[in-house]
Amino acid sequence: MEISTTSYNRCDLIKVVGRIDSNTAPDLEKAFNDLIDGGKSGFVFDMAEVDFISSRGLWVLLETQKACKKKKGKLALVNVAEDMMESLDLAGVKHFLEIYADVTAAVGSF
Amino acid sequence: MPTRKFPGRYENLLEIGDFVRKIAEEAGFDSSQVYSVQLAVDEACTNIIEHGYGGEGRGEIVCSCDSTEEGLTIVIQDWGRQFDPDEIPDPDYDVPLEKLQSRGAGLFLMGNLMDEVDFRFDKSGGNMLTMKKRK
Repeated sequence: MEISTTSYNRCDLIKVVGRIDSNTAPDLEKAFNDLIDGGKSGFVFDMAEVDFISSRGLWVLLETQKACKKKKGKLALVNVAEDMMESLDLAGVKHFLEIYADVTAAVGSF
Repeated sequence: MPTRKFPGRYENLLEIGDFVRKIAEEAGFDSSQVYSVQLAVDEACTNIIEHGYGGEGRGEIVCSCDSTEEGLTIVIQDWGRQFDPDEIPDPDYDVPLEKLQSRGAGLFLMGNLMDEVDFRFDKSGGNMLTMKKRK
């Protein structure tokens, strides 16, 4: 799994390439936590090149959403593939997450 | 029945996922069903490592897949701690975000992804999880 970050005026764009499971989710968790500890609270998470996300990965997103909301920010998801959208639904957690059609819409929502 | 043995480490989840993905694809499942099977197996193996063995590198996971015309049967064996699945409550998602707890999420997801999920615990034979996905 590879993580890259791009800073915009009002948010940071986080892009992951690869698989988010119990092996790799801690790295993503650390990346988000480091940014949150550094004062950031607005993120766009681009999932265009995420090919798998387990519940361990979903919990990283949910905990990040929790932390951002506490600081009046948010986590905006984009490019969520159909399989992953369905698993968010089946996991019962989709309503806690904010999903946008594309990066432009997500970045513009901040 | 294709069977593989994996050391109980998170780094092996990818290989376990690939093993079941190939069999599910060969069995003729569509990509959404293949993803569901992979995800259910990932959740099961994560639970075995985290809760059954209490951490990485403490035991093995044996995964077998049987493909028939009706669908796919996956049997996952481990020799970790036994538990009563009926005692694990479904996660409560009817709460505000700040009160959300992750407990039981994997088990809940497995039940929603697969058509049948059955746990058997045997003192001599270890723990056996059987999951079925119909076509």
